[in-house]
Amino acid sequence: MRKILTGNYAVAEAVKLADVEFIAAYPITPQTTIVERLAEMVERGELNAEFVRVESEHSALAAVYGASAGGLRAFTATSSHGLLYMYEMCWWVANSRLPVVMAVVTRTIGPPWNIHTEHTDILTLRDTGWIIAMSENAQEALDLTLLGFKIAEQVNLPFAIGLDGFQVSHTAEVVDVPESLDGFLPKRERFFVIEPGNPITVGGLTENECSMTIRKEMAKDMERVGELVRNSGYVRDYDLVEEYRMEDAEYVVISMGAWCGDMKDAIDILREKGVQIGMLRLRFVRPFPKEFVEKLDCKVLVVDRNYSVGLGGIIATEVKSIANCDVHGIVAGLGGVDVGVDDFVSMFRKFVRGELKGWWP
Amino acid sequence: MECMIAKPSKGAAGKTGLWRTFKPIYHPERCNLCQLCWLYCPENVIDVSEDGITIDYEYCKGCGICAKICVKNAIEMVREEET
Amino acid sequence: MLEVMILSFGGQGGVTAARILAIAALNEGKFAQAIPQFGAERRGALVRSYLRISDRPIRRHSSIKDPDVVAIFSEKILGIVDVSAETVVINSKEPKIKGRVYYVDASSIALDLGLISAGWPIVNTAMAGAMARVFGFSIESLKKAIGETFSGKLAELNVKAAEKAYREVKEWNA
Repeated sequence: MRKILTGNYAVAEAVKLADVEFIAAYPITPQTTIVERLAEMVERGELNAEFVRVESEHSALAAVYGASAGGLRAFTATSSHGLLYMYEMCWWVANSRLPVVMAVVTRTIGPPWNIHTEHTDILTLRDTGWIIAMSENAQEALDLTLLGFKIAEQVNLPFAIGLDGFQVSHTAEVVDVPESLDGFLPKRERFFVIEPGNPITVGGLTENECSMTIRKEMAKDMERVGELVRNSGYVRDYDLVEEYRMEDAEYVVISMGAWCGDMKDAIDILREKGVQIGMLRLRFVRPFPKEFVEKLDCKVLVVDRNYSVGLGGIIATEVKSIANCDVHGIVAGLGGVDVGVDDFVSMFRKFVRGELKGWWP
Repeated sequence: MECMIAKPSKGAAGKTGLWRTFKPIYHPERCNLCQLCWLYCPENVIDVSEDGITIDYEYCKGCGICAKICVKNAIEMVREEET
Repeated sequence: MLEVMILSFGGQGGVTAARILAIAALNEGKFAQAIPQFGAERRGALVRSYLRISDRPIRRHSSIKDPDVVAIFSEKILGIVDVSAETVVINSKEPKIKGRVYYVDASSIALDLGLISAGWPIVNTAMAGAMARVFGFSIESLKKAIGETFSGKLAELNVKAAEKAYREVKEWNA
């Protein structure tokens, strides 16, 4: 059924459809309206979940860790400073192979205080072992959240779904909400069971080799994610990337998130003027869609809404480590600085002419 | 991830009784069965019955907490080679 | 694609008006996007809300810089912002501004119906009525959208406000 929903409400609808059993979260702008809506759903009896209010994000993910280890389908959501505050628990969840799903509403990390979008926060998860997806709009925020539970529970890795603060989280747009899931999400199968009368310890001190084994096993399961996304059986088809007007492209733009919609409009404008340009939109950052980047045979521009001080844009750095062609990186839109269709038209034009520098503007 | 999951089991670290320098010796005639030694033993090697306590010397590391906590001095720590 | 900027004071209901009109556009079989101004929503401050309406899916998410239509919820806003757009829809008895201007006395409509909060007429549904008319929406699409947004007596009063403004909105002949 088509509805007008903000990205945050779309995520809440997905959590409800997934019959999540446990939610713990701490409010932070621009994430707050996700758990606000979920709390309403629990209050009204539409969602039969335990909703635990906690005193910090560290506690939120710790509570979710316990619930997930105990066998429940568990969800949390956060942004920016909240994500950083729960950072230690992010590693516990991943290495303990718990299929937790978390919405990360991307927001700039301060100081100065800034509530607007930037992707540096969600990219701090990139070494943890979380599957990381990034949505372009409210529809994808809903779809990827549902896909998140399915994939996470298939590979026993946690799943983070990113949505741009305000641009997706608070923008109301048309979303097709599935009436039901028709068995898309079967009951969760558990890697281990914690229950009274049969005590176990997870993650205690053990041989050093165990730490290596754990990461190797995680890598192996992470590699299965692409195939599972392509064959998820969801009502809409998904892949690790979206290829837009790539068929005969001499120039390819790589980016992720809400502004990719603006980039597509800019690409259409340039295509009309005869510029052979297309886009490879990263729907997933982990696993990194290596196979799609490897086969590129053209000039590549990576537009990063994040920055690693001392090296450069994070996605550009990763693309350069894989690509077999020329890659130019540009950093734009940090701190939520608005970059729209007109900006992208002139940015891409400069790129084609070879006049583009490393920062926009 | 099996290497990360531990189940409680007896003597996972081997026969820790070998570590002992001092051995707890039980004097049943002084004991009033208060069970404080059983409660405080960090290695869970003390069993209590109506007849008194028994100590599992295969795993007792000889820390002496039982002797310290005993108000009746019913447990005495003695050098291993003297027993 | 039609791009609309709504200028209101925080508390007048500019954000809600954009949301209602997006739902009305969906009811018209169109695609729509309602974007609140990010960050500084507070009572009394100037608030910009954005609305996009299109026959095709809307992909862009950046803010609207060059709107086709500007809706002004209070004439006092004209003293604060320079308004330039092909079409203006304004809450006014007598707008006295140039260009293609549609006007309706949304404040009186809200006051007559008792749509008042903390001393202010809440003009969002009346202004939504005027804008729906200018956009060529049916009144039914708008009434349905208001019904989904409010419930009970409040829905009834807001539908009345929207209907009245939809009927009364006129083009200003300067």
